[in-house]
Amino acid sequence: MISEQAKQRMRDLAARYPVARSAVMPALHIAQQEEGYITQDALQAVAEAIGMTVDDVESIATFYTMYYQQPPGKKIIKVCNSIACYLRGCDALVSHLEQRLGIKQGETSADGKYTLMTAECLASCGTAPVLQVNNEFVENVTLEMADTLVDEWNRELSAKETEPKTEIRL
Amino acid sequence: MPELIITKDIDAPDLDTLDGYRQHGGYEALAKALKEYQPDDLVEMVKKSGLRGRGGAGFPTGMKWSFLAKNDKTRYLCCNADESEPGTFKDRMIMEKNPHELVEGVIITSYACRVSVAFIYVRGELALAGRQVERAVEEAYAAGYIGKNILGSGFNLDVIVHHGAGAYICGEESALMESLEGRRGYPRLKPPFPAAIGLYGGPTVINNCETLATLPAIVKNGAEWYASFGTEKSKGTRIFCLSGHVKKPGNYELPLGTSLRTLIYDEQYGGGILADKQLKAIIPGGSSTPMLGADKVDTPLDFEAIAAAGSMLGSGGVVVMHEDTCIVGAVLRMIEFYRDESCGKCTPCREGTYWMTELLHRLEHGQGKESDIDLLVDICDNIGGKSFCPLGDAAITPVASSIKLFREEYEYHVREGRCMVGAGAALAAVH
Repeated sequence: MISEQAKQRMRDLAARYPVARSAVMPALHIAQQEEGYITQDALQAVAEAIGMTVDDVESIATFYTMYYQQPPGKKIIKVCNSIACYLRGCDALVSHLEQRLGIKQGETSADGKYTLMTAECLASCGTAPVLQVNNEFVENVTLEMADTLVDEWNRELSAKETEPKTEIRL
Repeated sequence: MPELIITKDIDAPDLDTLDGYRQHGGYEALAKALKEYQPDDLVEMVKKSGLRGRGGAGFPTGMKWSFLAKNDKTRYLCCNADESEPGTFKDRMIMEKNPHELVEGVIITSYACRVSVAFIYVRGELALAGRQVERAVEEAYAAGYIGKNILGSGFNLDVIVHHGAGAYICGEESALMESLEGRRGYPRLKPPFPAAIGLYGGPTVINNCETLATLPAIVKNGAEWYASFGTEKSKGTRIFCLSGHVKKPGNYELPLGTSLRTLIYDEQYGGGILADKQLKAIIPGGSSTPMLGADKVDTPLDFEAIAAAGSMLGSGGVVVMHEDTCIVGAVLRMIEFYRDESCGKCTPCREGTYWMTELLHRLEHGQGKESDIDLLVDICDNIGGKSFCPLGDAAITPVASSIKLFREEYEYHVREGRCMVGAGAALAAVH
């Protein structure tokens, strides 16, 4: 469910732009922050807040690649594979990560922990090869660094699993 | 070491904050512009400075501003910070490290062009850059540099930071406007040009991030000062993004007219080719510009000289390839990008980029035919100039230029079924 607070932010954005529908992209970003991907609820909420039809919102959401149509993993790893990173060995990095994570590029692991994908030039050619984890950069990545990163992610994600679940009573 | 303009103080601590920026003279140019100049004077100043767009096309900035339709419709400014041309990483640096310089440029430009609402379209993938620009805009609002009656001048401006969501095409100006209007990023037919009918139908000026970030320095120091850098026709400095097979890749701001050799080999800049190998090819302005052979290494990096050498200065992304690079493999990688990023609106670009990728793929992996090479050239001819926007033209550039320069490598792939050089040779043999 999209929270009332998020819906209010969407309505505020619609009022901020000269024309309400200009807020469709930022509103979709807000929806995705809440749900992890673009759900039917998200489309509905954005459509209501902006005053567009659901189909119209969906046509935007499916054009831009950063709006996920399916639930991604907790760690979304994007490895740049454009020309500058290619010249600096990004293909070996992708293969290495595929092996370590046990998934192919474009896939999400069955446990929902990882999504591995390749990305178009990430504007980091001077520090190639480069990857992003949940949109934050890691630059000049070596295979050794990739190993360290995977170990860290594994530790972090399994720590979260063992955290006692607190029940919230209202 | 030449005096730097845009990247001056770039590594100063706290430059990304309002106070830090002001310690380095930040917003003095804005105060000067508002106090000492009428908007039209600023347009003249920028014309005189010789500043040309740093996004790719290199159109004279002041002239672009003077084309704005004179009517009573609301005027808009769009800062194109949707940096995604392969090989280019300068705007990201400006936004991450010196966002106020960009914001000040946006405000000055808005005043000069009588704009009341400005948008900064930041590429969605650049999360940190987006946060930095957003914070800078908030700080500028709080300090009275944006908003109503800026510094008591009576000038009002609203600035909205808009985040993209993954579409290279939105770096094309008309697609950028479509995207800002809340639609799919499909390019518009031109004319009408944005200066006449642009965002929301109003006269619109669209400038690249680096172009706008250059303006505070021009206003502060004068058009003559700026024009004293560079060459007769290509004035000023620009940030060259050096990447690929060089020892010290990175952003280097240099006067226009500096030679490729200096950028690539000078110890202060690229420091030479990795492992001291032989230079093979250079892409001088992002992957959309024609490849140059090693024989062109003494070409000065200015608009005219690079054009005479057969390429374009583009976005300033200089990609260097050494002797071990398989040209077919590298071109395949570049064309995959255009295939994926073609918005699909125009058939020649949508289908052509797909078929070029298929042909290059089979050539690279040893299943190509002799006729494939000419077929590629034929497809280039069927895309070039036959689509709405420049993406199609850009997509044929690596193919056409590489076949012209390195046809023998393509033929080798057909004949021998593997790469002539490089790691790709062994790889292809496996396939």
